[in-house]
Amino acid sequence: MALTKYNYNSFDVTPVASKAMGFNSGANGLTTVTEGSMVLIKTLTASSSATISFVDGTSDVVLDNTYPTYLFKFVNAHPETNSVDLQFNGSSDTGSNYNVAKTTTAFQAYQNEAGTATSLMYEPSQDIAQGTGFQGFFSYVGNDNDQAASGELWLFNPSSTTFVKHFISVCNVAEQGDVTKHCFRGGYFNTTSVIDAIQFKMSSDAIDAGTFKLYGIKDS
Amino acid sequence: MALSKVDYNSLNVTAAASKALKWNSTPNGFETGDIAGSMVLLETQTASSDDTLSFTSNIDSTYKEYVFKFFDIHPETNNVDFTFQVDTGTNTSYNQTMTTTSFRALHDEADTATALNYDTGRDQAQGTAFHILGHEIGNGNDESINGELTIFSPSSDTFVKHFIAAVNIYAASDMSENKYTAGYVNTTTALTRVQFKMSSDAIEAGTIKLYGIT
Repeated sequence: MALTKYNYNSFDVTPVASKAMGFNSGANGLTTVTEGSMVLIKTLTASSSATISFVDGTSDVVLDNTYPTYLFKFVNAHPETNSVDLQFNGSSDTGSNYNVAKTTTAFQAYQNEAGTATSLMYEPSQDIAQGTGFQGFFSYVGNDNDQAASGELWLFNPSSTTFVKHFISVCNVAEQGDVTKHCFRGGYFNTTSVIDAIQFKMSSDAIDAGTFKLYGIKDS
Repeated sequence: MALSKVDYNSLNVTAAASKALKWNSTPNGFETGDIAGSMVLLETQTASSDDTLSFTSNIDSTYKEYVFKFFDIHPETNNVDFTFQVDTGTNTSYNQTMTTTSFRALHDEADTATALNYDTGRDQAQGTAFHILGHEIGNGNDESINGELTIFSPSSDTFVKHFIAAVNIYAASDMSENKYTAGYVNTTTALTRVQFKMSSDAIEAGTIKLYGIT
């Protein structure tokens, strides 16, 4: 046990709130250094999970006005059942209900492994017009052992009580028919209430495996 | 106020320029390191009339996601494509099987042409060629390509390896092209290396940075 401990002002550097201590560019003195702007908040791993939920204030999840932008990433989301969709919805009551009205767009580019089919197309069956259902990131992911989907979802200013809440997603999926699909979604939760939880699930049955991460993006 | 202050070389760690002071993994001592947040710069390569730029280390299971950002990639020769391929282990063939998509929006400076279309001919169906991230790049002094490429979970020995790329191109024909490509490397073997090159001749200039996402 140390007989004496150094205090914050014992070091030859001027303390700055919320900064870390590092060596200066010449390595001949101390200075304050700043953490990066992309902060990992929470990682959840699916294991035959019916849902994956990020709820503000639960299990160290932050989804409030701490950050102006939040970024969700999913890596190798693999379904239990073949030919289903990974979906998401928001909540304005910290996860009691995931049923926020939204208006969205959906388009994709695809090509099959045989090289016989390609397309860039709007997906009229994948968008939502003021519906409260879950929004799909893509459709028809396969459940072969090597098939999955990876991508990201940006959620902007979810704590605003003035504006609707915009979101954008992009992902790539190994579709059940041996097709690669590059899928884009955008839209807004049409509410001026806060969005304080996001839930992911498959359109049917469980998320067999996959990693889901939530990041906060600093604005200063 | 402290009468005497602890100096940088009084700490039980070897000082390193611009690094932070951290506890080690035990934590029973100090070490230097980055506090870069969740996006950690792993490597930077700068082209100078290089035929290829290859990232042969740093790509492993440390991160679930790796992001390459390329800045002002400028070709030696006019009207060429900027491409990438991957490989496994210590192999240097860069010929893994891919199925990919490609689409773009374009608008020329003369305001005579606009389009949004699938880019047939610049995708691959189980091909082993270098994947085109951006095409027909000009080599005028102010012409280049910028963008990023994300590869998800390259070290997985279970799943195919998804990637997503978005770039903007100053094309040889004096147009702006916003191009989106994606796909998967159709292997369950871990990817360990990534190579970038032009479809012909060298990368005259430009910077590529590799980040790991925690």
